[in-house]
Amino acid sequence: MSKNRRVLRLSGLEPLVITPESNFINVGERTNVAGSKRFLRLIKEEKFEEALDVARHQVEGGAQIIDINMDDGLIDGKAAMVKYLNLIIAEPDIARVPIMIDSSKWEIIEAGLQVVQGKCVVNSISLKEGEAEFIHHAKLIKRYGAAVIVMAFDEVGQADTYQRRIEIAERSYRILVDKVKFAPEDIIFDLNIFPVATGMEEHRKNAIDFIEATRWVRQNLPYCSVSGGVSNVSFSFRGNNPVREAMHSVFLYHAIKAGMNIGIVNPTMLEVYDDIPKDLLEHVEDVILDRRDDATERLLEFAETFQGKTKESTVDLSWREEPLQDRITRALVKGIDQYIIEDVEEARQQAAKPLHVIEGNLMTGMNVVGDLFGSGKMFLPQVVKSARVMKKAVAYLTPYIEASKDKSTGANGKVLMATVKGDVHDIGKNIVSVVLACNNYEIVDLGVMVPPEVIINRAIEEQVDVIGLSGLITPSLDEMVFLAKEMERQNFNVPLLIGGATTSKAHTAVKIDPVYKHAVVHVNDASRAVTVVGDLLQKESSDTYKKSVKLDYESFREKFLNRSKHKEYLTLEQARANKLKIDFKPEDIVEPKVLGTTVLEDFDLRELVDFIDWTPFFRSWDLHGKYPDILEDKVVGAQATELFSDAQKMLVEILEQELLKGKATFGLFPANQINDDDIELGVPGNETTVFRTLRQQTKKRDGVPNIALADFIAPKESGLQDYIGCFCVSAGFGTKELAEKYEAAHDDYSSIMVKALADRLAEAFAEYLHKEVRTKYWGYAKAENLDNTELIKESYRGIRPAPGYPACPDHLEKLTIWELMQVKETIGVELTDSLAMWPAASVSGYYFAHPEAKYFGLGKIKEDQVYDFANRKGIEKEVAERWLAPNIAEAP
Amino acid sequence: MVTFVVMKIEEVLKERILVLDGAMGTMLQRYKFTEEDFRGERFKDWPSPLQGNNDLLSITQPEAIATVHAKYFAAGADIVETNTFSGTTIAMEDYGMQDLVYELNYESAKIAKRVAEEFTAKEPQKPRFVAGSIGPTNKTASMSPDVNDPGFRAISFDELRVAYKQQVEALLDGGADLLLVETIFDTLNAKAALFAIEEVKEERNIEVPIMVSGTITDASGRTLSGQTAEAFLISISHLPILSVGFNCALGAKQLTPHLEVISAKSEFFTSAHPNAGLPNAFGEYDETPEEMAAQIKEYLDKNLVNIVGGCCGTTPEHIKAIADLVKNYKPRPIAFASI
Repeated sequence: MSKNRRVLRLSGLEPLVITPESNFINVGERTNVAGSKRFLRLIKEEKFEEALDVARHQVEGGAQIIDINMDDGLIDGKAAMVKYLNLIIAEPDIARVPIMIDSSKWEIIEAGLQVVQGKCVVNSISLKEGEAEFIHHAKLIKRYGAAVIVMAFDEVGQADTYQRRIEIAERSYRILVDKVKFAPEDIIFDLNIFPVATGMEEHRKNAIDFIEATRWVRQNLPYCSVSGGVSNVSFSFRGNNPVREAMHSVFLYHAIKAGMNIGIVNPTMLEVYDDIPKDLLEHVEDVILDRRDDATERLLEFAETFQGKTKESTVDLSWREEPLQDRITRALVKGIDQYIIEDVEEARQQAAKPLHVIEGNLMTGMNVVGDLFGSGKMFLPQVVKSARVMKKAVAYLTPYIEASKDKSTGANGKVLMATVKGDVHDIGKNIVSVVLACNNYEIVDLGVMVPPEVIINRAIEEQVDVIGLSGLITPSLDEMVFLAKEMERQNFNVPLLIGGATTSKAHTAVKIDPVYKHAVVHVNDASRAVTVVGDLLQKESSDTYKKSVKLDYESFREKFLNRSKHKEYLTLEQARANKLKIDFKPEDIVEPKVLGTTVLEDFDLRELVDFIDWTPFFRSWDLHGKYPDILEDKVVGAQATELFSDAQKMLVEILEQELLKGKATFGLFPANQINDDDIELGVPGNETTVFRTLRQQTKKRDGVPNIALADFIAPKESGLQDYIGCFCVSAGFGTKELAEKYEAAHDDYSSIMVKALADRLAEAFAEYLHKEVRTKYWGYAKAENLDNTELIKESYRGIRPAPGYPACPDHLEKLTIWELMQVKETIGVELTDSLAMWPAASVSGYYFAHPEAKYFGLGKIKEDQVYDFANRKGIEKEVAERWLAPNIAEAP
Repeated sequence: MVTFVVMKIEEVLKERILVLDGAMGTMLQRYKFTEEDFRGERFKDWPSPLQGNNDLLSITQPEAIATVHAKYFAAGADIVETNTFSGTTIAMEDYGMQDLVYELNYESAKIAKRVAEEFTAKEPQKPRFVAGSIGPTNKTASMSPDVNDPGFRAISFDELRVAYKQQVEALLDGGADLLLVETIFDTLNAKAALFAIEEVKEERNIEVPIMVSGTITDASGRTLSGQTAEAFLISISHLPILSVGFNCALGAKQLTPHLEVISAKSEFFTSAHPNAGLPNAFGEYDETPEEMAAQIKEYLDKNLVNIVGGCCGTTPEHIKAIADLVKNYKPRPIAFASI
């Protein structure tokens, strides 16, 4: 009976069963402070959110177990391990895989075992400190319910020969199985992978001894596994990646054959065994298998010439000699569009119908792209480039297809995509559209600011199979709810996809899912969109999938609502009593040099290049990591570098040819705080302007205030005259035209790139202008001298919070700013129905200058403040409720 | 004085399907005990309200508890659970009764054991067993109660381990034949209980059969802490337990697919004690004994279980219907692994 086989079973939220038939199990190794500088830095700086992304990335990239190590002298390893594991466990997309708790300190291992519900792997224990301690730890590991990695290490030292490896392994095994009664299938041996080709005679057999010891262990110690850290083997070739990659592949090829079934491997540092050039393969195998006395010298010599060769091979066009299908596939995988027309024409002449070229040649190539992307071997920018090649090919074929009247599309399904009414942001939506199109879905893209009735009508006309809605600003959330209700009312049954920066699984589950009887799925990254749409449209299984989604959201909703009840709130009155009481002093307040409104027309965008924060740029392409480290990242580095260089090229073009225009306006005004939460402006001829701010209402710890932005301005009663500023900048004039031009040329990659760059320029503009205001126009920070990194870290005095963002989530205040500075009339930036700015690449906000002013999140507020806010603004309660909906706490 | 040798439960399980009892709470509700009844003479001046502290009834209304056990045995149950679902310092904190935890467990086990021995004496060919009920407590070790602080935990593994250890010692001292770690919605809590049991076993140099029973909270097919049935099984399979299964939250029908997973993948005996259906709009369980037995029949036809009983909403009538049914079936065979 299969269930009684002694096989290694591990679990996260889901099982991982490792049988003799299993493929090699890949352990993710980036969440290790000893192995990743970036991860170490994130943990040191307590950036746990970003550190979670590292784990998520690993799992998405195909790691079946994640190794977590916090052994570093400068961090509290035990506390970091517990905190990180606790956070991981709250992330179902990470916690689904088993965890490998990696430490040389027993107290860290034990602390880790105490917080993980699934069956983990302990990495590692050994006989190093003697039998008594080995037995003690093994007993506890068994009691905690984990598998264990046993290092080939004993009282004498680390095993470095074949004989020592098998002796220690056998001794450890017998103690564990006979004395501790440890399940043999829960034992994993790490037989020590050491470098070869170091030039030292005694290292020659390091690889082959490991491989042979592995074979012996798997044959003589029943049911156990063998693992190891592969990159060690090529240590002496640091800096020569092609050779290292080949060495890893060769080593794994032989070690896996000998029985190594688990390993810590960096998938980007691995060449496909069959793709290793024959001469390199021979040299590498000589070293790994210790086949010649001069193997090391020969490989060293060869490696030098080889390094040279790879550089030349970047212009290697030998692939043009390959068969047609290989050329098309290669062009699609590598995103090369130079020859695609030529190749497609050749294919067309061979095909019975032009459509067959799409369904045959091109789809064969795109399937390769899809598989590589799905398995984490390709990244989003590459896929978008593939799509560019595909579109070009399809555009070339279209006239032939029309001519042959062969219009059956053969698409997998039709997906309607739209950014909802009032919202102008479409980078994410376009990426999802492109990726879906790559996977042979027909896309009906309705663009931005699409009113609900248009979405409904087009969906009916086009008989779409799925509707995808996107939005970035908070009012879009309500638009989505409204549309879902409309779909329900009109008896739609097509699945609804929800995506965009402000959307969340929680909002989808709590607000959208209940109003639409059919499937609603929150999808926030492009790679998942393909699987989700696939599952939704798969004829055989879609009903089950839809049901499971519905149930998933229902249970998520219940849990979410139950949890949110635990929050405690203050009444508005109590919150005001606990406001931030700044001790305003005359020396902290500086009168602006220039009062009133200033307009900058036709600003030279070149000035902004140094102010660009590139990290969000990469994020908009689903590449996660901080700039500039991301360029060196082991997984996405190569891709990030290429994307960055494309971006630089386009940026130069934009700036040199002045393809985009920048405009800005800002105003500096006398102001005082009145009635706790309001800021009254002394504008000549416009006495009544008042900014309304919102106050935090969640109950705080003792001594922590409930802040509103108004707290940063001196109250009228203080008798001090204080000041406030506001601004709007845009770098978006021209974006639409440029993007449309690229779209017309079937170049979505460039179209998305233009928008992403315009967004970055607008943010840089805001940063630049803020600096100008601080140092010149307001002039309270004349001596300030910060470089861009410090600017990004916001290490200057004063803040520029934006309406619609955490400190002041009410978009309504934008109307006040627009009115006050005549923004639309002077620089042409408009507000949509949902109060999004148009052009989209625009930023607006306030300036606060007090040294104690800081960014904060408003959090949830209660009904009493909503009513009070509505009264103060002189608007209907319902209007206020609608705009503030995402911030209103659920009634208990 | 009982003079015959009681068969070990492992051996009985190879011969027939055993029947576990039904709900204790449902039966106690019928007594409509008032605050005064809960308090009894001993706790009349206790500072906090005690109504609803069912475990306390083992001290203040021991005859009622004994009567419920007897009704279940009479209905055909082979195993009854002690009235100790909330018998830990953690769960008793609500009533300020942490110091009474040992006594509550000890007395509960003693009552159940006394009734079991009476029945075994009358019917030696059908030995009756007492399972010490170990509930999940009211805190979770791998989930945060604060949505804004996902890394926070209201209880640690060690706090749970210490609390469970005390409960286990008292249950064994009071005469429990086996231990039932049940209604597991967070596997980490259960692992702490199992850890504590291992410690007691080692210190006393004894073997105790352990039943482990998880709870699939909803149709997502996962425990509250997010594990699938198989992941749950793997997470608790490291110790030599007697049986694994599921109880509570779902009715017999909804539990079937998850039992199938456990039955196919586990080398342990399997158990199920589902609720009497899903609660109706008023939160009551209204599945009749016949309806429930009809669904349990599916388990038996598919050969999924070795131990079967009832959880919320089930009564001696339900258990009788189940006991009458299982007589006609052979137990699910299990293969013992050997190295």
